[in-house]
Amino acid sequence: MEEDLDARKINSTFLRDHSYATEADIISTVEFNPTGELLATGDKGGRVVIFQREQESKNQPHRRGEYNVYSTFQSHEPEFDYLKSLEIEEKINKIRWIPQQNAAYFLLSTNDKTVKLWKVSERDKRPEGYNLKDEDGRLRDPSTITTLRVPILRPMDLMVEATPRRVFSNAHTYHINSISVNSDYETYMSADDLRINLWNLEITNRSFNIVDIKPANMEELTEVITAAEFHPHHCNTFVYSSSKGTIRLCDMRSSALCDKHAKFFEEPEDPSNRSFFSEIISSISDVKFSHSGKYIMTRDYLTVKVWDLNMENRPVETYQVHDYLRSKLCSLYENDCIFDKFECVWNGSDSVIMTGSYNNFFRMFDRNTKRDVTLEASRENSKPRAILKPRKVCVGGKRRKDEISVDSLDFSKKILHTAWHPSENIITVAATNNLYIFQDKVN
Amino acid sequence: MLPCSSDARPVTDTMFARGIKRKCFDGEDEIEGTLAGFKAIPSYNLQRQSLLDMSLVKLQLCHMLVEPNLCRSVLIANTVRQIQEEMTQDGTWQIINAQSTGQTSLDRLVSTDILCRSSKEQGEGKFISGYSNFNTDFEEIQTQDISELSTVTSVQTSRNMQNLWEMGNSQDNKGNFQKSLDQIFETLENKNPNSVEDLFSDVDTSYYDLDTVLTGMMGNTKMGHCEVLESFSSQATTNSSSNCKTELNEIDHIVEILVES
Repeated sequence: MEEDLDARKINSTFLRDHSYATEADIISTVEFNPTGELLATGDKGGRVVIFQREQESKNQPHRRGEYNVYSTFQSHEPEFDYLKSLEIEEKINKIRWIPQQNAAYFLLSTNDKTVKLWKVSERDKRPEGYNLKDEDGRLRDPSTITTLRVPILRPMDLMVEATPRRVFSNAHTYHINSISVNSDYETYMSADDLRINLWNLEITNRSFNIVDIKPANMEELTEVITAAEFHPHHCNTFVYSSSKGTIRLCDMRSSALCDKHAKFFEEPEDPSNRSFFSEIISSISDVKFSHSGKYIMTRDYLTVKVWDLNMENRPVETYQVHDYLRSKLCSLYENDCIFDKFECVWNGSDSVIMTGSYNNFFRMFDRNTKRDVTLEASRENSKPRAILKPRKVCVGGKRRKDEISVDSLDFSKKILHTAWHPSENIITVAATNNLYIFQDKVN
Repeated sequence: MLPCSSDARPVTDTMFARGIKRKCFDGEDEIEGTLAGFKAIPSYNLQRQSLLDMSLVKLQLCHMLVEPNLCRSVLIANTVRQIQEEMTQDGTWQIINAQSTGQTSLDRLVSTDILCRSSKEQGEGKFISGYSNFNTDFEEIQTQDISELSTVTSVQTSRNMQNLWEMGNSQDNKGNFQKSLDQIFETLENKNPNSVEDLFSDVDTSYYDLDTVLTGMMGNTKMGHCEVLESFSSQATTNSSSNCKTELNEIDHIVEILVES
């Protein structure tokens, strides 16, 4: 009994701390590196936290590859644009890893305006015994040097350093929503509401504008770019999505400025579902190529769609994420939730897709079996090695046990950012200021 | 029943979960049959109107930001365009504007009332009572205020008319509307860096803090925005009781009063 009481006490303090988490702690992006060994998160406070998967140990088979904090650094600081008299938030909008080419790791992080290239490297040895410097690094008086010695490397505690290698600034007037590293590993693009720029990873003072949809007269503006991504294998091809629910595929070989798309993906509107909110809910919040490069996945407010690159007039698959919200669009418009930008991800083999919803729910769709599941990222089921129970939202009047009614969904708890390990069934889900990592059942 | 469908047939099952008894706003059968006619489908028009009002308030809030979320602003502006187009087509644009002269206050109160209540009902039950309290309080205050403020508001309106609406012909509301949209888009592009400071230089920031307004709108998903909207509409009502010419003018007034008071 006494133990119970104590446990409750601890829990309540824990919860209180949780609710006092500041705005800066809210996770704004998550991304695995190409091997899945590292997982990076960015938050509203401009910090990047990198987790590393620990090596499997034979003694403790149940501790299979847990992720521990590897490095934390401040990627972006709040800035002030004196020309426009405006504050630039430090919030990390996106992180993208550069495929590893040597012992160090490289990643790109971006806020609304500036992209930075970070090098994350380990150091576990330090050189000792320089001839011209003493142990503190000060130059020695040459007259005191009487003998020459060979410097040696001595082991020391492992240190992980993050150093900014390049800062790509002053190229975006609007807010950057996407960055994407090209498959040539030499270039990347950054997309804002109206333009997409192409950069060389080595060159910071010059970028090429490859898409510009800004009308000469801003009064005529009716459409914005919402996301963009390079093809995983063809370095000349990229796609971008728009607020009107369309996707354009562009070929950079055709012209320097890709104003004319090579392909245009659009689904005709279903007249039976037409409403004042049709356009808002069809606005695409995320676009992702499959690993194979054969498909594109898009997320709009209520659905996830999979498009075949060879079929432009309609998606090959459409999955309902939370269709029960269709009747609540008016209040979701009123409280601005309708503008939430949910992301979507593929699993390693492109057979399952995952995306977020409200009430800390997230959804998975198996493309082969057509089965889907709703899971919840919550403190109760986040005890180590607990098994996630599928959740169900009931639409009708009768609510069965374990079901949750649409009316009691918490719209302030939303899962916007998720990531899937590139080859294994390990997923990560960002719920406000908590990061959950789930994996396939061991054994 | 919501202003969700843009054809004149309202989606009947929306908003209320199946199995829950629906409240009857108006004769639904009537609505099913008749198309367009303003008198025949008052609730649809009312809700469409409140959606329009809400969108315009949202746009004005975007307008006040130095760098608004462009995607959101564009989507809201497109929604406003769409409603305007539909209203122009079925003729309600003129009727509403003709009616709005003089007696807008009550209409407006009702429209936001419906909108907020319907969204609250599916939100939290406990908030409804709080809301209705607020509403009755507000009515009491309103009756006092109108008498007290009548002189002030009339001075304000006459000044506003000169300043803001001298371009706008009272009969050509569409032009006026277009103008306000255009202004919004203009500011999307060319921000006057001082605009926000100017706007709020005389305002008691403890109450009219832009951050508070906006975080209420963005952050608190359950109830914050409704209160914000309500406070705006209360501003609107005190204002519109003194012969404000159009709906759209009112929205601008709201902001201006926010700024000037």
